[in-house]
Amino acid sequence: MIRTPLRPLARILDARARGQNPDTIEAANLAARHEEMKDRARLQAERRLRFLALGFIVAFSVIALRMGTLAATEPSELGTTSSGSEITAQRADILDRKGRILATNMMTHSLYVQTADLVDPARTASELARIFPDLDAETMLRRFTDGRSFLWVKKVLSPEQMQEVHEIGDPGLYFGPREMRLYPNGHLAAHILGGSAFGNEGVDSAEVIGTAGIEKALDTRLRDPAQSNTPLQLSIDLTLQANVEEVLGTAMKTLNAKGAAAILMDTHTGEILALASLPDFDPNDRPAPALTGDPSESPLFNRSVQGVYELGSTFKIFAVAQAMDLGLINENTEIDTKQPFVYDGFRINEFDNHNYGPTLPAWEVIAVSSNIGSAHLGLMIGGERQQAFLRTLGLLDPPKVELAEAPGARALVPKNWSGIVTVTASYGHGISTSLMNLAAAYATLGNGGLKITPTLIHSDTHTPGPRVVSEDTALAAVRMMRKVVTDGTATFADVPGYGVAGKTGTAEKPKKNGKGYDADKVINTFASVFPADNPKYVLIVTLDEPVETAGSKPRRTAGYTAVPVAGEIIRRIGPLVGLRPDGENPMGTLVAYKDPVAQE
Amino acid sequence: MRPLLYILPFFAVMGLAFWAYHENYATQGQLKQMGRLQDEIGRLRDEIAMQKAEWAYLNRPSRLRDLAAINFDRLGLMPIEPAQLGLATQVTMPPAGPLVVTGTTMTSASDEEQIP
Repeated sequence: MIRTPLRPLARILDARARGQNPDTIEAANLAARHEEMKDRARLQAERRLRFLALGFIVAFSVIALRMGTLAATEPSELGTTSSGSEITAQRADILDRKGRILATNMMTHSLYVQTADLVDPARTASELARIFPDLDAETMLRRFTDGRSFLWVKKVLSPEQMQEVHEIGDPGLYFGPREMRLYPNGHLAAHILGGSAFGNEGVDSAEVIGTAGIEKALDTRLRDPAQSNTPLQLSIDLTLQANVEEVLGTAMKTLNAKGAAAILMDTHTGEILALASLPDFDPNDRPAPALTGDPSESPLFNRSVQGVYELGSTFKIFAVAQAMDLGLINENTEIDTKQPFVYDGFRINEFDNHNYGPTLPAWEVIAVSSNIGSAHLGLMIGGERQQAFLRTLGLLDPPKVELAEAPGARALVPKNWSGIVTVTASYGHGISTSLMNLAAAYATLGNGGLKITPTLIHSDTHTPGPRVVSEDTALAAVRMMRKVVTDGTATFADVPGYGVAGKTGTAEKPKKNGKGYDADKVINTFASVFPADNPKYVLIVTLDEPVETAGSKPRRTAGYTAVPVAGEIIRRIGPLVGLRPDGENPMGTLVAYKDPVAQE
Repeated sequence: MRPLLYILPFFAVMGLAFWAYHENYATQGQLKQMGRLQDEIGRLRDEIAMQKAEWAYLNRPSRLRDLAAINFDRLGLMPIEPAQLGLATQVTMPPAGPLVVTGTTMTSASDEEQIP
């Protein structure tokens, strides 16, 4: 910048020539220069202030943003995010009602191969084949060398196997951690638990997914990370389950039955205490479903839930209960049992062609299990009301229990509920339903007529269901079923002191070709509630094609097969559930003290 | 006086820096320690789960049943019978009265041999 001189010579000379004071020119120029300097200084200060303000704004915005994020996010301690609990329990444990483990997880390892790292594929293959007899050395070697870079060898290893594989010492063998589902009780409660398998597999972990039973039905609950530390508590009692399965297994062998099933249920809550189906399997090593043959003969088939059977005379109590509830009859009303009885061209027979005379009181229709008497009751009620009643009891729908198989167990019901269906349904033929439904229906009668929905989940609170029949009807039904055990077809189940009440059912199996029924192939069922004066438990026992050969000719009625089995089960589990036998103690007085004098 | 005003803040800053670094390292040490502890907790949880599974496996009803059968001659374990449940009134009580004194030993109803 060129400074303007304070005393420019031209103007000074000019002023002098005019006789003016040249100092005024200097003063004016000086003032102008000061003015200019002041302007510059102010501009500079203004810039600095702006810059400072900007700095403050930035600094405070940063603080404000940080405060905002801190306030908006969940407080978390640094480094605590990798807690070990999630790692140990990816899938929640399953416990029985007393807290005993039914299913848990175990850390194990999988074995995989990175073929690029293999030093000696041939030796590795032969060593692996030695450790795992199911592997073939040649196949393994071919897989190691066919160009792939990665392959799984074993999904789970035992610690011993892992050590042996480790000792092969080939760097191409890798172990991946695996969480494995373990069912420590083996075959016990196999059909309830179902089984599990690996889903998406990675090197470091694998997803465990339920494949059947409650593991599949409640898969989302069991896999929910938020609930992985809360075990799922079932209503099953391991001790009762073991006893039921033991008695049932022995019975199946001695009676030469193809299969057997049992359900033990609490009449007041619908909680299932034991649910057995034989033959069974080991859920730790769930067999693959058979591709050929009848799936209902597979051990995987849950006869107590999946199987739908014509349950025969066990249905008669529903006809009587409904007729009583509608006020059509009472316990002692005489029911027509006159032979022959032909309806719509079908002749209805009694079992073994018995003739019970022209009439029987209602309770005796149940006690001796008269088909004709039940048929007349069914006709008195009428098809529409009968169908509605059976539906209310839940017999015509798939059982609502927490098992993956339950929704598929559709009851087989004729499309057109004609008169003959009404007649046969009143004694349990022509419609097929699941044993679980039967158990729930008997529980409803045992519960004083309030509907029971079966459940496998233990809960301390239960909301009572809607009323299905009046309390008087329910009590009368149980009284009549008690007569079946004391005077009727089920005397072998009369366990002293336990007041067993129940109804037998023998149903011939439909022939495979669909033409009529097979007299030598029966399904025997005994549905019971006990103790009769205040029912607490429902027990359903079913045997598939049993035959009792102790007598002179083979006997295939429930009274000789399912009934004594149920009696034995009740005798075994009664004390276990803490039921004290009523009345006379079969052992006399209990002796806890002996008089020392009398002893000598 | 003036130099003191410069030196004191300098030492204060150094002291605070030392303290801050010290705290930083201490925090990192604690975090590492916490990580180790959490690893250990995880490992112990795994072991507990394993022990529980082992316990359940060893106590499975089929094994207990077999053990009871094998040791029947020593233990004589039988399934519980309905007759084993009774009311307190069904139990015969020792006769009321003073304890019987025979010789120098006192006999009471709670002697082991008198209970079957």
